[in-house]
Amino acid sequence: MAETQRCTHLLADLSDYLDGDAAAEVCAAIERHLAACEDCRVVVDTLSKTVALYHTLPPPDMPDAAQTRLFAALNLDEFSRLYRQ
Amino acid sequence: MTETELIDRIQAGDKAACAACVELHAPAVYRLALRMLGSPEEAEDAMQETFLNAFRAIESFEGRAGLATWLYRIANNVVLMRLRKRQPLFVPIDLHGAAGDGEDAAVTPVQLFDWCCLPEEDFATTEAQGELERAIGELPLPLRQVFVLRELEGLSTEETAQTLELTPANVKVRLHRARLWLRERLADYFTELATEKAHG
Ligand SMILES: [Zn+2]
Repeated sequence: MAETQRCTHLLADLSDYLDGDAAAEVCAAIERHLAACEDCRVVVDTLSKTVALYHTLPPPDMPDAAQTRLFAALNLDEFSRLYRQ
Repeated sequence: MTETELIDRIQAGDKAACAACVELHAPAVYRLALRMLGSPEEAEDAMQETFLNAFRAIESFEGRAGLATWLYRIANNVVLMRLRKRQPLFVPIDLHGAAGDGEDAAVTPVQLFDWCCLPEEDFATTEAQGELERAIGELPLPLRQVFVLRELEGLSTEETAQTLELTPANVKVRLHRARLWLRERLADYFTELATEKAHG
């Protein structure tokens, strides 16, 4: 992409566009361009898919043992039992 | 107990309040450290260091930023120190300037294959998730710092800016670049997958 100045220009606003934070006239300009530019359409679709994918990643869990060791390192052992199921 | 009460009690040396604070915020500090450092052992060490530093400095906490943001900020500093130690010739990153090392990387889209139409099950595989995790782990540091806080931890643009001492505009630019960077990386993987499928 970025063959035309229009594509490059458009690129900077794509995250705002996907997040619904772009001004109405910016959205309109982007949509007009997308209707005519296959390359940018692919970039927008795959960018949007990328965002959707990383939002489905499960957050890493802290192991229980790490929490126990943390309480010990902070001299809070006596409380660690309170918070374990 | 409100956050102000909790902080008052921690400042007064109340161990139960310290424990409550740890219970509440340790998982987030651990996630941040793990995403930034990549190793569970190092993440655990960084988490311990974060809370040790935090309780040592709690007197100077003014409450403007909120406890969670304050802890994220300390954790971020601990993580940066560790990354520096890991790489003896670590070039100091300009965290305030517009252009830092790697920040401009892959801003212009190169990959133009439309892999969106792969079947949904191809996106949900362990392999695909692993590819995504690896890509996040390889994001250039200035982009990763913003990406992890804003997109994975769900901080607002303003909170991310406060934590990393950046302007909100800079946070938005870095997030956008991180997304473009990840798109390129995922395109490598999914394009190959789609091509393999097409050729049986
Ligand atoms: Zn275009």
